Amino acid sequence: MTTVILLTATGLGLAALYFLVASGLSLIFGLMDVLNFAHGAFVAIGGYVGWTVADQLGGTLGLFGALLAGIASGAAAAFLTEQVIIRPLYRRKLDQVLATVGLGLAIPALLQAIWGADARTWVLPGWLAGTVQLAGARVPTVRLVLIGVAVGLLVALRLLLTRSRAGLIVRAGVEDREMVTALGIDVRRANAAVFALGGAAAGLAGALFGLYQGSVSPGDGTSLLIYAFVVVVLGDAGSITGTAYAAVAVGLVQQYADYASASLGDESVVVLLAAVLLLRRRNLQGRPA
Amino acid sequence: MNRVTMLWARGPLASRWVRAALVFAVLYALPYSTAQIPGVFDGPFDAPGVLQLLAVCLVFAGLAIGYDLLFGHTGVMSFGHGMFVTTGMYATTILVDHAGYGLWISAAAGLGIALVAAVVLGGVALRVGGIGFAMVTLAFGQAVSIFVVSGSPQLTGGEQGQTLNSSAVPAALSGVRNTANLYWIALAYLAVCALVVWGLSASMPGRVMRALRENERRVEVLGLNPYLFKLLAFTVAGVLAAGGGIVYLLLLGGATPTVADSNFTLSLLVMVVLGGAGRRWGAIVGGIIYGYASQSLTRVSGSSAVAGLPGVLRGPLEQPLFLLGAAFVLVVFFAPGGLAGRIAAMTRTGAGIGAGTGAAAARTGAGIGKGATGRGAEAVSGAATVTGATAGTGGAAGSGAGTKEAR
Amino acid sequence: MNETATAATAATTSAALLELTDLRVSLGGSAILHGVSFSVASVGVTALLGRNGVGKTTTAKAVLGLYPSTGSLRFDGRELNGMPTHAIARLGIGYVPEDRGVFAALTVAENLRLAEPRGGGAAAYERVYELFPVLRLRAGQQAGTLSGGEQQMLAIGRILLRRNRLLVVDEPTKGLSPKVAAEVAHALKEVARSVPILLIEQNLSVVRTMAADAVVLDTGRVAHRGAARALLSDPALTNRLLGVSQAGAA
Repeated sequence: MTTVILLTATGLGLAALYFLVASGLSLIFGLMDVLNFAHGAFVAIGGYVGWTVADQLGGTLGLFGALLAGIASGAAAAFLTEQVIIRPLYRRKLDQVLATVGLGLAIPALLQAIWGADARTWVLPGWLAGTVQLAGARVPTVRLVLIGVAVGLLVALRLLLTRSRAGLIVRAGVEDREMVTALGIDVRRANAAVFALGGAAAGLAGALFGLYQGSVSPGDGTSLLIYAFVVVVLGDAGSITGTAYAAVAVGLVQQYADYASASLGDESVVVLLAAVLLLRRRNLQGRPA
Repeated sequence: MNRVTMLWARGPLASRWVRAALVFAVLYALPYSTAQIPGVFDGPFDAPGVLQLLAVCLVFAGLAIGYDLLFGHTGVMSFGHGMFVTTGMYATTILVDHAGYGLWISAAAGLGIALVAAVVLGGVALRVGGIGFAMVTLAFGQAVSIFVVSGSPQLTGGEQGQTLNSSAVPAALSGVRNTANLYWIALAYLAVCALVVWGLSASMPGRVMRALRENERRVEVLGLNPYLFKLLAFTVAGVLAAGGGIVYLLLLGGATPTVADSNFTLSLLVMVVLGGAGRRWGAIVGGIIYGYASQSLTRVSGSSAVAGLPGVLRGPLEQPLFLLGAAFVLVVFFAPGGLAGRIAAMTRTGAGIGAGTGAAAARTGAGIGKGATGRGAEAVSGAATVTGATAGTGGAAGSGAGTKEAR
Repeated sequence: MNETATAATAATTSAALLELTDLRVSLGGSAILHGVSFSVASVGVTALLGRNGVGKTTTAKAVLGLYPSTGSLRFDGRELNGMPTHAIARLGIGYVPEDRGVFAALTVAENLRLAEPRGGGAAAYERVYELFPVLRLRAGQQAGTLSGGEQQMLAIGRILLRRNRLLVVDEPTKGLSPKVAAEVAHALKEVARSVPILLIEQNLSVVRTMAADAVVLDTGRVAHRGAARALLSDPALTNRLLGVSQAGAA
């Protein structure tokens, strides 16, 4: 029983991370048709900036500062990317993707140049480094914090999307961007906002990932990015709830399969993805008509 | 200058096969030459170190043109291509080291396994639309990578890789003196890849593949099944990649998990785009340049020129991936047709604008752009296509293959 | 190029609100429009007719800036070519596409909300609900679950929320049962009393009830311009240009 709880908690913790990264990716892809390969770089930026703040400030203050710094740096990096790289290529979809691939290679290397190739240890404040008793199992506190943050983001995003005009525009744009412009709405501002929001979530994920691992390294973003992509595809791009379900599915499947046999986790994720895609047989570019 | 362009456009050099033969003849002769290009190479051409460097460049070029068949010609964007290189490399190594089979048998088996894997994986993955396909290949590539690194370390050697049992390697291919032989094997590999890809490209399936890149629906309307042609491209590319993995194995003397990493597949993409996707020589040029750059970047980064720069600039410039990524972004912005596109633009005599992007609109493989309905998807997917076969022969490469002006 | 010289028509008597001059559109390597020129009057309905595939929808999309084009698109004196779509829409051109463009995942109310002008506009809503009472009834329903006719009404209702100066409507009765088609046509006729419409239609009986002028396209070119009534009462002409023997649906 304790094993089940531990596995589930860890799986949900991973799911939380995936959701944080995938939610932005999903909205970006749904609205702008851009496969943002630089998203992992935003994660890494958030991780390193967060770590630096935590390192400088120390303790619980440093922790909260790190999370805020992660959000801010991720958002800034994403916003800059959208303005400088994505927007000028607006009618060249493939080139947009390729440009993000280039960024995805260059930015982690830049981070490596600044902070070094070795992982930087992240010392957690006492209360976070411990465990929590949950029905007989000792669950690391970090996992629970992760899950809490992800749930919070999910709720916030849902509210934003359903209650605000901006959210309305995004939801409509995900379905039919052209029609939104034909109604006189400048979707470009929504693009920038969605990119920045996605970057913020990614940066937050980066900082939390650092806490989760107890360290940050340049390749962090890339490893998360691949699973985030899988989650986006499984969850039907543009749908936040779908992304959440998919994240949970991937996280749990990976954990349980890994427990059965090491490295089986990733293989089972692949099988899951292939199976779902084959069974779904729907056009994955935008919502079903 | 005039006489050269005349020779190029009309003399014996006008035939692409003659040009190709010339290039390969020169490459073949290199190990006999004691010529030097100081600064670029560390020694004369017949020095083992230089030949090793060049051999790796040639292997990358072969891998790149195989990938280009998939991406540049057919418009299929696979993010897991490295797994076929890995299969060739590791299957051979494992069979030799652990099962005791001979080198050539193991290599043949490796190719066979790659063929089966390509058909199965391609068969499954291509059933789903563009984005789904890309993600399935990405996920598969990742799974293979994890398996190689941590799944079964006794078998695969884990992070360190696995050396090839040297007693299995024929004498002619071992030892520093015989680097020239390895070089020639790499050249032979490139020649095979080039012949296969060029040949396929000129044939009927190749024309269908290029049509697929532009507009899948038109192909369907003709009664042809896009799925089968994409699967053909995928399989051929996969087997060629496995071959490259085997040659690379011979060059390195062992298997390395770096080819399984997603970054490796991305570098194939970089090679192709850098050189010019869908063009005859584009991928080859890209592969050679990338091969050279990745192996010699320490020279640039360690050079006195860079060392003299202030710390802020020096740091990033010492990172090969940074230079690569930045160069890639610049190419995408300013030279979308890649190097080959630029050169073609310069040697062309007054033809039109030519390439928007040398890379394909890739509506099928990468699935960029919403659906295939009349919602202006065509206006938005915006990539002009230049059929690869005409680049380099001058003439109207920028013709009615559709130049879409971005407003 | 068969351009029939016309007798005095509404198009030449009232000022042209929208003027297309030598409009050319090329998509995916094929040229669709080879130089289309006609004008839309500032009053009444101008019908854009033609067989399937001649480029009617392409023309509409080019006006809205959804397809890149060369040539001139002058709206009330302003050149539209080169402007982004949202700016064109803001100038006062409302668009109802062929597939209606209704956002299926959003509710009816949300669909309308997207289109409402700044500052709300309860009066505008009243106008729309008066014309299409069903929209008020189904306000909270997901637009994707509406019937074809209701979706069409939603699509038209949307562009009525703003004070648009020209409506471009693409085949509004397509796929609708005759009864519903008549309802939609009737509503459009009401609307046409206060705002000019460029109407693309294959259903000639609808065209007959409301169009003042007709422009007929044939393979990307203008084949005929003139009074709608004159065209539709000439069976030989109708047959040649539109391929129908009677003035029924094409």
